[in-house]
Amino acid sequence: MDLINIKHVNKVYKNGVTAIYDLSLKIKKGDFVFVIGGSGSGKSTLIKMLYREERPTSGEIILGGLNVAKLRNSKVYKLRRKLGIVFQDYRLLPKLTVYENVAFALEAIGARKEEIKKKTIKAIDLVGLKSKLRTYPTELSGGEQQRVAIARAIVNNPKLLICDEPTGNLDPDMSREIVSVLDTINKEVGTTIIMATHDREIVNEMKKHVIALKDGRLVKDFEKGTYDNEVI
Amino acid sequence: MKLFRMFGRYVRDAFKSVSRNLSLSIASISCISITLIVVGIALVLSFNVDNFAKIIKRDVTIVVFLNQETTEDEFNHTIKAKIEKLQNVEKPIVLKSKEESKKEMMAESDVFKATMETWPEEDNPLRDSYLIKVKDIEQIKDTVQKIKTIDKVEVVDYGEGMVEQLIEAFKLVEKITIIIVAILIVVTVFLIINTIKLTIFSRKREISIMRLVGASNISIKIPFIIEGMLIGALGSIIPIVVVIYGYSALYEKFGGQLFSALIKLISPEPFIYIVASAVLVIGILVGMLGSGRAVRKYLKV
Repeated sequence: MDLINIKHVNKVYKNGVTAIYDLSLKIKKGDFVFVIGGSGSGKSTLIKMLYREERPTSGEIILGGLNVAKLRNSKVYKLRRKLGIVFQDYRLLPKLTVYENVAFALEAIGARKEEIKKKTIKAIDLVGLKSKLRTYPTELSGGEQQRVAIARAIVNNPKLLICDEPTGNLDPDMSREIVSVLDTINKEVGTTIIMATHDREIVNEMKKHVIALKDGRLVKDFEKGTYDNEVI
Repeated sequence: MKLFRMFGRYVRDAFKSVSRNLSLSIASISCISITLIVVGIALVLSFNVDNFAKIIKRDVTIVVFLNQETTEDEFNHTIKAKIEKLQNVEKPIVLKSKEESKKEMMAESDVFKATMETWPEEDNPLRDSYLIKVKDIEQIKDTVQKIKTIDKVEVVDYGEGMVEQLIEAFKLVEKITIIIVAILIVVTVFLIINTIKLTIFSRKREISIMRLVGASNISIKIPFIIEGMLIGALGSIIPIVVVIYGYSALYEKFGGQLFSALIKLISPEPFIYIVASAVLVIGILVGMLGSGRAVRKYLKV
């Protein structure tokens, strides 16, 4: 079954720049997808359209039964509750502890106290940071901060985890660590993962579904792809 | 159940964020305090001016003298009924017969007494009179005209000219105080919106993360609105103290009047509590409005 169905999407920014040309693709439930491409390839735009920070100029994006393109601003939360988002810059709240940062996602949607506690600890355990519950983000390494961000993204058991260059700020070892955490989540929980990256080694090692974009066009969609220099 | 749980969390969050962003909260609170002190003072002033105007207006009396031919029955019934029938006349009117006037004058001074004692009982040169209060002082002239047309009414006196001037003056003072209070409240709202905007700007990140993890706009807004109300309430503490103690002390010091016995101050109780609650309500409303408006901008990511 397709979790995401993108049909003939175009995106033109207000300044006249066209970021995406007639993009159509499908992503299956439980898939692990790399979106690759250089700067200006449109991968960030694609990712942003998936969680409705940007809206397509034309075309349709159906995500888990929701028509993302037509979602009103006041209804965006319905979409966001179905997915987890991880950013390059972590976006943690510095004044909250690891536990509070992760619990924040559940509190924001009004979960019950016992439920928050149970799910939060489970998610932090899954990313391997159970010993740092009471630590503040500033006291953690970049890789650890990103793992907290992942824990926050998955704490609500989303169907889809969107990662926008999650390893962009990390050294190769830490990057590998993050990707292996994502792989574990993909395999154990069954969460669909979409990860935008330009980290060649990781893509080549993982042998996952690869979507390559160039100048806003889909140039490659392989089931077990690698980072192909010639295409990009 | 969920609503109740969420509400508890909102209130807790509001308190938490006031204490977590303490320096900014203190900035907003003191800003609100200062403006609310001014608003409080303006309220006290305008209420007092209003009160003074009311007292003066209440004191304005129309004195009606009847001519010599008036019989006792006319004085006590017919003419009295005619005057009381007038719309603007406050019932009942006070009657003062010539005998009463005579006694009064005799009591006032020995010279009068000596002269008046020589007057025979049936030959009293004084007149029967009525003392009349009006409901609406602005229509006093009209009422006086109507009284004058009544048969056997000889003289109608109400301090013509002086009363009109007084009315004009009070109207002006009232208008000015209302304008000042309104301007102050508007200024306060803007000041508060701006300081709360500052507080919220520093928490842009928090709001965007809340949006990202799927918090609905309303559930993001409510804690900020509660926080605004809390800041408004905290900001009104000092103004309330200033109003309550300041006004009581002032009232004590001046003995309840300003400059002369003519200008009476409103007695502190329950007046100060009314002003204090007005200040509190203004603080809370303004805080609520301010943060509600300020947060709206960040709910579009």
